[in-house]
Amino acid sequence: MANAIVKRRRQELVVGGVVLAGLALLPVPIKDVYTQNLIIITVLFAGLAQAWNILGGYCGQISLGHALYFGIGSYVSTLLYLKLGIPPTLGLFAAGIVAGAAALLIGWPCFRLSGHYYAIATVVVGEIGYLLFLNWDFVGGATGVFIPFKGESWAELQFKTAKLPYHFVVLAFAAATWLAAFWLEGSRWGFAWRAVKDDVVAARSLGVNIFASKMAAAALSGGFTGMGGALYAQYVGYIDPDSVLAGHFSILIALPAVLGGVGTLWGPLIGAAVLIPASELSRSYLGGSGRGVDLMLYGGLIVLVALARPQGLVSLFSWRRKSDVPAA
Amino acid sequence: MTAADLLQVAAGGLLMGLVYALVAAGLSLIFGLMDVVNFAHGELMMLAMYAVFAIWAVNGTDPLLLLPIVAVLLFGIGIAIYHGLIARALSVQFNRGMVQIFVTFGLAIFIRGACQFVWGGDFKSITGHWLAGRTIELGGVYLPLPQMAASAICLAAFAGLLVIGRTEFGRALEATREDRDAVALIGIDRNRIFALGWGLGAGAVGVAGVMLAGFYYVGPNVGASFAVIAYVTVALGGFGSMLGALVAGILIGEVEAFTAAFWEPSLKQVGVFAVYLAVLMLRPRGLFGRL
Repeated sequence: MANAIVKRRRQELVVGGVVLAGLALLPVPIKDVYTQNLIIITVLFAGLAQAWNILGGYCGQISLGHALYFGIGSYVSTLLYLKLGIPPTLGLFAAGIVAGAAALLIGWPCFRLSGHYYAIATVVVGEIGYLLFLNWDFVGGATGVFIPFKGESWAELQFKTAKLPYHFVVLAFAAATWLAAFWLEGSRWGFAWRAVKDDVVAARSLGVNIFASKMAAAALSGGFTGMGGALYAQYVGYIDPDSVLAGHFSILIALPAVLGGVGTLWGPLIGAAVLIPASELSRSYLGGSGRGVDLMLYGGLIVLVALARPQGLVSLFSWRRKSDVPAA
Repeated sequence: MTAADLLQVAAGGLLMGLVYALVAAGLSLIFGLMDVVNFAHGELMMLAMYAVFAIWAVNGTDPLLLLPIVAVLLFGIGIAIYHGLIARALSVQFNRGMVQIFVTFGLAIFIRGACQFVWGGDFKSITGHWLAGRTIELGGVYLPLPQMAASAICLAAFAGLLVIGRTEFGRALEATREDRDAVALIGIDRNRIFALGWGLGAGAVGVAGVMLAGFYYVGPNVGASFAVIAYVTVALGGFGSMLGALVAGILIGEVEAFTAAFWEPSLKQVGVFAVYLAVLMLRPRGLFGRL
């Protein structure tokens, strides 16, 4: 049995390497800037969704406030860069640390709550963050912050030919979140977190520290989300509370993981690969009329996938491991 | 600030709080019955507001006269949503909690898109109706009539929900809430009770939407802002508790009014959310929630 698990994990790692190589080679056939941009956003969301998955999927704490960590990360790296001249390659890690610390600070009171009470508390904390940033003049208030272009530089993550280097930057980010989830699946922490998700009482009786597990998952998840926010800010060059902190953003981060397959290694990537292009394409072809057809299609897609594949789109690929799926 | 000013602020908070309470009551009813948080609740309210606007725009019918029609319409929509989506979401074998959240969330996006498709993205408001612009004065406190009517109707609808709770149907509702499997043994059709619960929940938020349309703009995002307040109200009052929704709704209306008056109007919701978090830290199941 143990050997089977080791073998499977080795297979997962090989598949992961192949997928990564495939994604890294995508810009070779694809030269079109629009498509490159689409791929970058998709890969970024795959990473963000994986970050959400660490807390929401593996540890089972449904956070609907991850936009806060994303927003904090994007503001931290941007302000460090603009006000103190610290390059975003360093700011990226500062963003991760501050967002992770914020997740701990918020988790400390909120993990007293469970189930729907927890989910709604995260919505509310996210809304508070949004309103405070909106009214905080030091960080640009409602007008936001514009990042000026200061010339091509890897340290500052600024590129004139915009797309191509970012392809590798977001790929590295998504690969890091994937590796974190992979490590988690085989580690003691990962088992503890999944135990917390499945049955709190049973987990406690086995000596799992519930609160510490949730806090660790939140810090890791929030930290990665903050790093994603920093990358996003540097990529688009402009942030304001509506684009990085608004409540619907939290849902956008969680959705790929949920529809792809919550608590799975591949779910967030598969979910992002389906959802983000669907949303972007429908927006650019149908959203221009301002008539909401894109929203109707997107909403309809979410409902359909959730009802037709409750275990996530990843289950479409799991024919080879049917025996692993517990009978319901 | 004089005593009259304080009373004025308190009255404004009470009037809005009663509307919040009714919006939350529908949400709480559905949650208490079947453990489903309806993330499309705000959008149902928006549908009611657009329905009022659409009929008013055609023939100028006063919103007050449309109240029963729109309430029945929303009741039907609630039942349709239950049979079309929720019954299916309840029967899935995996991730039931998340499927429920995201099915209703997808529905919310769909309704928002549909309203934008039909009525466009700009704000509409209903003007020149019977109550519009009228106020009454009570001891130096000015009370706008549209808001007065809204809170009175919301209170009445609330009383209606409580009366329903005392009927045979209400007892069936309570029994289904206690044990959804055991009720089948005593001849209660669980599916029918759930569907009626959705009808009532949607109808209640529909009533709130109709009254709100008398003094609040209608736009594709109006549902989202009220929905967050509604979740806070329900969680603060305690999931599934009607009395909790009423008390929490009024409390939230007051906190919002006083934050806006004494601190900063654009931060009024921060005050509400801070109070909510503080209460939940002391009492994680809400004011009147059951364990």
